[in-house]
This record gives sequence, C-alpha cells and structure tokens, in this order.
Amino acid sequence: MFSETILLSLREIRRNLMRSSLTILGIVIGVAAVITMVTLGRGATAQVASDITKLGTNLLQVRPGQDRHGPGGTHSTGDMFKAKDAEAIAQEIFGLSAVAPIASQTIQSIYGNENWSTTVTGSTNAYLQVSNWLIESGRQFMESELRAGKAVCILGTTVRDKLFGGQNPIGATIRLGKLSCNVIGVLNSKGQSSFGTDQDDFVLIPLRMLQRRIAGNSDVSRILVSAQDGVSTKKVEQDIQQLMRQRRHILPGKDDDFHVRDMQELVSTMTGTTRVLTGLLGAVAAVSLLVGGIGIMNIMLVSVTERTREIGIRLAIGALERDVLMQFLVEAVVLSSFGGVIGIVLGISAAAVGAIVLAVPFIFDPGIIVIAFVFSAAVGVVFGYFPARQAGQMDPIEALRYE
Amino acid sequence: MKTTTSTQTGKHYLIELKGVTKVYGEGPAAMHALQGIDLRIGQGEFVAVMGPSGSGKSTCMNILGCLDTPSSGVHLFEGIDVGKLSRDERALLRRHYLGFVFQGFNLLNRTSALENVELPLIYRGTPAEDRRVRALEALEAVGLTGWETHTPGELSGGQQQRVAIARAIVTNPKVLLADEPTGNLDSARSREIMKVLAAFNSERGITIAMVTHDADIAVYAKRIIRFFDGSIDSEEKKPGTA
Repeated sequence: MFSETILLSLREIRRNLMRSSLTILGIVIGVAAVITMVTLGRGATAQVASDITKLGTNLLQVRPGQDRHGPGGTHSTGDMFKAKDAEAIAQEIFGLSAVAPIASQTIQSIYGNENWSTTVTGSTNAYLQVSNWLIESGRQFMESELRAGKAVCILGTTVRDKLFGGQNPIGATIRLGKLSCNVIGVLNSKGQSSFGTDQDDFVLIPLRMLQRRIAGNSDVSRILVSAQDGVSTKKVEQDIQQLMRQRRHILPGKDDDFHVRDMQELVSTMTGTTRVLTGLLGAVAAVSLLVGGIGIMNIMLVSVTERTREIGIRLAIGALERDVLMQFLVEAVVLSSFGGVIGIVLGISAAAVGAIVLAVPFIFDPGIIVIAFVFSAAVGVVFGYFPARQAGQMDPIEALRYE
Repeated sequence: MKTTTSTQTGKHYLIELKGVTKVYGEGPAAMHALQGIDLRIGQGEFVAVMGPSGSGKSTCMNILGCLDTPSSGVHLFEGIDVGKLSRDERALLRRHYLGFVFQGFNLLNRTSALENVELPLIYRGTPAEDRRVRALEALEAVGLTGWETHTPGELSGGQQQRVAIARAIVTNPKVLLADEPTGNLDSARSREIMKVLAAFNSERGITIAMVTHDADIAVYAKRIIRFFDGSIDSEEKKPGTA
C-alpha cells in the first residue's frame, strides 16, 4: 500500500513536471546554500588550523613586555632578553624539545643587480625545529658558525626567487646591508599564512652575527619554545614564567614584565572564529529552506483544490481520511526530498568549485548530506501536513460536486 | 464487520430506512430535503428512484450510499445502524459493500481505464497481480476489452460510463448505487448502459439502486419509487418480480 502511494505521488509529480520543478526550486536553493556554506566554512576552518600548525606545534612564545591583549592600560616594555635566558630555559625546564632565541631586523638584501628588502632573523638551528622549517637544499648552520657568528645565511624561497630567479644560490655570496654573507641553504616553502603574510620572505643567519654585526647589541627580542609531545604546554608556560620572574628579579606581587603565549590557544581562538562564522552563514542559508517549505505548502494547497474531484472519488469508493492524507503528505515529502537531493548535488558541486577559487581544502562530509536530506524531507512533512489534512477532511459529496 | 440480519424472522432487508429526515441549514432558512422516508430494499432488487429536481432523491441516494447520515430516523445496512458509525467506518462500509456510478462518470483523468478500475482494489489492499486480473475481468464484463490503456479523455461518454461501472462492480459489491448513470448520454448509449446494469443485477445478483428522471431508463428497474417534495409519493412494482 505504501509503495503504491509513493508510485502514485511520483506519477502525479511527473504529470505536473514544470510546476513540480518550480515548487522544489526553493528547497533546492536552500539545501545547496546550506551545503555550500558549511562545506566551505569547514574547509576554511581546517585551513586556518593547518596554517597555525605550520607555525609550529606545541609552541610557546616568550616576549618581553606585558601581554598586549590583556586588559588594563599599563603597557610596559620590559628589558630585552639575552641569549643566556634562552639557554637557561633549555637547561632548567623539563619537557622541551627546542628553544630558539630570536632577534630580527629589516634589511636590504642584494645579489648582483637584484635587491630585495626582507626580514633578517638571527637565531640557531633550533629555530628550524620549533617553526617546522625543512632545509630544501644545502645545510643547516654548523655549531662553530653559530658560536663565531659567521657570515652565513639560509634563504627563504621568496628571497631566493627575488635575488636568484631560477639559479642555484648555494655557495653564492649575497649582501645584507653592508655585510657579505655566504648562502649555505634554502628552506622549503610554506606559502602565505592565514594572516596574509608571506612566511617565506626572510633570511636566517646565526644569532650572534645579527647581534654583533647588524644590531650592535646582545638583545634577544623573543624566545620560541617547543614542548615535547605529550607535555602540557600549560605546565611549561608556568615553569617559564616562574624561571623568568626569578631571572629578571621581579618581586612577589609585581606584574610580569614579559609574557608567555601558547600557540595552541591561538589555534582554538582562530578556528573558533571561523566556526562561528560558518554557523551564522549556515543559519542564514537555512532560512531559505524555510521559505522553500512555504512554497511547497502553497503549491500543495493549489494541488488539493485542483484535485478536489479526485479526492471526492477516492473518498466515495472507500478511501479513509488517512489514506488521502498520506497520499498528499507523501507527495509533499517526495517533492521536497527530490529538492533535497538536487540541492545536495548542486551544493557539493558549488562547494568544490568554491574551494578551488578560495584556495581552501574541500572537505566532503557525509554527515551534512544526511542532515540536509533528512531536513528537506522533514520540511515536506511539516509543510505538506496542512494541505494533506485539508484533502483528507473533505466531504465526499461536496468534493464530487466540485467543478 | 458484524452483521445482524432478520433472516430468522423471514424478512430480510439489505437496506432499511425508517423515518429518515434530512435538514440542511438551521432556523427559518432550514431546508427539509427529506421528510420522513420509510424504504426497504431487499437483496437482489433493482430499484429506480424517480422524481423532479429538488424532490430529495439525490439526498436519499447519498444516505443509501453511506456518504451522508440522516438528520433523524434510522438507516440500517445489513442491520447496522449507519447513522451511528464514524466517518472512517462508513468509508470502510463503502469500500467493502458498495459500488458507485455517477452521472459525470467521475473517472480519474489522465489515468488509464485499467488503473481506474483497479482503484477500489488498491484501497482494499488487493495484491497487484490479483488486482490486474480482476480489473481486466471487470472491463471484459462491460465490453471494453482492448481499451484498457486508454485514458478517459480518449474514450466516448458511453465507454467512460462503462469504465465507471467496471470500477463499481470490480469489488463484487452488495449494492451498486447509480446516480443518473445515463444523464450525460444519448438514448442509444443509455440503453446500452442500462442493459449492462440489468445484466449485473440478474446474472450476479447485485442489488442496484438508481436515481433517474427518465421514464425510459426507469423501466429497466424492477421497482420504481417516486419522490415528491422530500417524501415518497408512490411505489410501483413490475409484475413478476419479488
């Protein structure tokens, strides 16, 4: 009996193909919009998360000065760190895999006729480890080079491209400001960060070279610390805080003149933001589903009126109220489910294209498809019920007399 | 469905109306369509109901067809008080015991003759195979073999009414109710239709109650009841019939 009802509704839909297609347009657009929004939103979230992860996992950053994101106006710039501070962290705190002291300056880099203004970062090999950099060609610094502050450098791919074009830069000598510097390696490319900055636009040199020959001091502007896997970054954060307070002679009750920030927090903040945005966009798209449902109700009401005589015949020859109700309800559900399926296909296609255009990963989620389908069918039930009940409750005598 | 008949007492009536009235509207505007009808129809009868427009014959047919209930009085079908049944219970009564033929044919448009005839069997839950066989038999009985796949729009008026008759008898109903079955047909087609109906009455013993205003049509019935102003005016039995 139920399969009869479905077949019947399919035939009825086919009979009014044009009207049926127009009826489901609202559902199609609604479902497609929800799927596109949610799929692209998830892609963007994943993109942000992976971008931040590229900065380094289990990463903590120690900077002088109070946390600028905190409340209150007292913004004090504490004294710069020294290389010894980084060494102390590495020696005294448990559970770290690498500690990289960093100082940097913006400098003109020159090779032959090419010149390029870039960031010169002074650090150690630990920098490569904490920030997940790999050497694409050439080598890391040698221990002796780091200790002596030798004029050697490792290039980011942007600098390599700007200065050397397609040539191999290993062994060449470039100028950083007034200094000559021997290129010993090139890093792999990380591309743009989710903040829109080019992560490959920098030159890495030994910390001591930067301090002595470029900056002319022994300052370290920040220290990057990466914790070992499984070690709580919260615990490490507290340990570093305690150690630095001690080393900087901060009396109990006084505020820190430095801050430690956990990158993991940044990841969850950033992905949280995109998730909220995704939810909002999805909600807006869901409103169009509602509008689509009202469209279905309209057409079903028209259809019930138009088929009054048919309803009269069915009731007269022995259809129960619920038989007729089911017939129209099933028709509404079949219609809206059709709309759902078409919307799903359209939405996924649009999301796939959108993912390419926006350069975010395309994340195919079967869950959202099931939800979209069930939801569109539910729209049919909700908005089909009222017209279907009207059909079922008709008086057969009146209905048969209807012209 | 429980049926209590009065066979034991020697009097067996399939349908009994006792003091049936039907009032439409209320107060001074009330329209008394039926004013106390007493009517008995036995198994196997062929009754024609005649009368001018507004005499209450259609209202009476609606009550006999369990489509409507009396305002007062009793309508018994096989001893069951139809007036006390719910809407759905009356629908089940129609589904299992009654067949309808209407003046305007009332077939489903754009649906083949075969599917139209199968329709009542669908509501009875008859399996598809069985349904098809019985619908083909019914169409054969009304002489429409070869027209099964045609839709009402492709059939003549007479053929459409035959499809409607096939639809009414496909369930082997106890009673066939026909409301002006020839009202939309010319006299030659009308005679054909009446022969078909008379044959079902005499060969299959299907009880027929028919409304008509055409005396030439009424002659096919074994009993003629005349309505006037909501009451039964006269009754006439053809000789040689029960």
